[in-house]
Amino acid sequence: MLAYIFRRLLYAIPILLGVNLFTFLLFFGLNSPDDIARMQLGAKYTTPEAIERWKAERGYDKPMFYNAAGAGAEKLTDTLFVDKSLRMFTFDFGRANDGHDIAREIRARMGPSLAVALPTFVLSLFAAIVLALLLVFFRATALDFWGVAICVAMMSISSMFYIIGGQWLVSKTWALVPVSGYAGGVDMARFLGLPVLIGVIAGLGAGTRWYRTVFLEEISRDYVRTARAKGLSEFAVLFRHVLRNALIPILTGVVVVIPSLFLGSLLMESFFAVPGLGSYTIDAIRSQDFAVVRSMVFIGSALYIVGLMLTDISYTMVDPRVRLG
Amino acid sequence: MNVQPVLLLTDLLVFVLILGALALAMQARGHAPSREAWRRVGRRPAAMAAAAVLLVFAAIGFLDSLHYRERLPPGPGENAAAKPLYAAEVLSVLDTLLTPLRLQTEKTYSAPFARELFQRETVEQPGGGQGRTYPRLVHGARHLQAGDSLPGDVARRLVWTPFTALAASGLLLLALSAAVARGRRCRLDAAIRRILSGRATLAWRAVLIVTFLVALLAAAGVALAPHYHLLGTDKVGQDVLYLSLKSIRTGLVIGTLTTLIMLPFAVALGIAAGYLGGWVDDAVQYLYTVLNAIPSVLLIAASVLMMQVAIDTHPQWFDTAAQRADARLLALCAILGITSWTGLCRLLRGETLKLRELDYVQAARAFGASTAAILRRHILPNVMHIVLITVVLDFSGLVLAEAVLSYVGIGVDPGTVSFGAMINMARAELAREPVVWWSLASAFVFMLVLVLSANLLADAVRDAFDPGGGK
Repeated sequence: MLAYIFRRLLYAIPILLGVNLFTFLLFFGLNSPDDIARMQLGAKYTTPEAIERWKAERGYDKPMFYNAAGAGAEKLTDTLFVDKSLRMFTFDFGRANDGHDIAREIRARMGPSLAVALPTFVLSLFAAIVLALLLVFFRATALDFWGVAICVAMMSISSMFYIIGGQWLVSKTWALVPVSGYAGGVDMARFLGLPVLIGVIAGLGAGTRWYRTVFLEEISRDYVRTARAKGLSEFAVLFRHVLRNALIPILTGVVVVIPSLFLGSLLMESFFAVPGLGSYTIDAIRSQDFAVVRSMVFIGSALYIVGLMLTDISYTMVDPRVRLG
Repeated sequence: MNVQPVLLLTDLLVFVLILGALALAMQARGHAPSREAWRRVGRRPAAMAAAAVLLVFAAIGFLDSLHYRERLPPGPGENAAAKPLYAAEVLSVLDTLLTPLRLQTEKTYSAPFARELFQRETVEQPGGGQGRTYPRLVHGARHLQAGDSLPGDVARRLVWTPFTALAASGLLLLALSAAVARGRRCRLDAAIRRILSGRATLAWRAVLIVTFLVALLAAAGVALAPHYHLLGTDKVGQDVLYLSLKSIRTGLVIGTLTTLIMLPFAVALGIAAGYLGGWVDDAVQYLYTVLNAIPSVLLIAASVLMMQVAIDTHPQWFDTAAQRADARLLALCAILGITSWTGLCRLLRGETLKLRELDYVQAARAFGASTAAILRRHILPNVMHIVLITVVLDFSGLVLAEAVLSYVGIGVDPGTVSFGAMINMARAELAREPVVWWSLASAFVFMLVLVLSANLLADAVRDAFDPGGGK
């Protein structure tokens, strides 16, 4: 197992390097640092000196890949690629436009993001699986038909409408919870209740339908017939046998997103003013803070790769036939 | 000539798309298995109704894709035969059809069917002095006198609409029955009864119901829209119905062109990786693992930001604002395409791996057929159903994604009308008292109808072309 994890970590390096190079080319190949400086400074003050000063202050005044002026190894290391891109492997993300250290900001904002994303994730998973099993239990009846129809209708509504509608109804009309905001401690529940509820409802249609197809596929297997022939109730067949055997397809889709929960949800955090990584990213996009966006891309990819690894490990836990070697 | 046709890049691709769809339809007619699969789609009433709705949307989008610039009248001292000058504003045929809606703008918000503006304003009173009141609208309900009843006027204008709608669906029923009667060699009244009782091979009754409803709405719109703001007006006084109809093209373009742009890459790389194996397979797999590893919202955000910088620093690339907005729309499609081709590519690679080992491919290889010929004649036609299913399944997700991306600030150009832009503008106004709900409600209804139809059709297509796989 340890050897397997070690090997997977080694595999992850070329992928992360690829991500790193790709984002570097995206951010520096398409537009030169001069273009970016000109845009950040605005049309009024774009003298060549101002651009040079802007670049020097932020360390953009280096060649991209090869520094002919450097001495020895610095020819290769004193470049934009090493300074702005490869350095992220050491979790040193540099500074945002407003001068704050990005790494510190990320550490501070991970908590609130997780506080919204984790309950949403767990509750929607639970709700979708239970509803899907219910639909499968009543399969080929009117309940199943209308359940699927409602799921399709729910999938067809943009998540923005769930958020706007929920805020309007629960916060404004009923005045049950504050419209938006965030606080630690006991107050947290008041602020997080609504975003979590809306997050669960918004994902319910797609989730229920997906798990329903997974369970329906499982229910036509031989072991299900055997279990029924044994005289087990349909309820026991579904919740004890089908659910367990459907764990592999469920885990495939589920485990990989767990690490990404740290990133939070852009929409939720922005609408509810949660000071997490999602709203951090949106603010960075709106103020065109490229250093922050670049860092988030890198962290997001790293978390995704961790998720893939966790998926493989989780297979061995639910299915003893799977061995990692 | 009083107009100069303008061919925007997305228009061109829309036409390519329509031609491609027609070519595929012709091919499917001559191919028994796909004809049978399409017939299975057509037997589902929900799918047929959805297809009819989508056809209406597509027609609106098509009319909105025929762009032109109007010729400016020659100035007083100019020779009429001199080189003609054209307006900077690019219009579409849809704009011309909706001219009253486009030009009848108010000062700011007004509710659906309102006579007065939504906000109080200080006005000079006839007898001198000033007062704060709700001013009358410039265009909406202008023809009504002070004592006229609004419901009475609306009812009078709507008297004929049910008959128009009945006539439209009746004509369609006759045409369909004639076709069915010829195909089945039965009498016309038997064919009519067959269709109306839902016993026809294809679910024509659902299409007739949709036709009736659409005709009803269209007739009501034609009768009322020039005199009222049916869905109200937005913050700068534009008619919300006009904005909603204009948003359709943006949604359709993003939903279809994105897949059109990514298809060549996904198909070529997926099939090549699966069939050739070796280092090609390794390279393609590495490429899509890397792209897949980047969370798609962040990848889209990064790409769109970079594109914005490129467009903002090179204003000389575009002649008109419409061209710039169009280039941004196309670039957004391309970016969404880059981030979404990996799924299809992986599916195609897996399917090709399976097909490669089948006897008929082995036989073709033994006969000495070239690799290119095998890929084109034996592999490609047999993975097309996966491509088709992916295209229809992706559509609704892309339409929904546009709204979110526009909210985040990485969507379409601010000058482009889209559902996302409408939601974004309306969102801030929910805090008002009383609530400005009509922009949001219109965007909601239009999007729901579009995406729901796409989802229903996509389900039917998937079930018909891939009976085994439920995913």
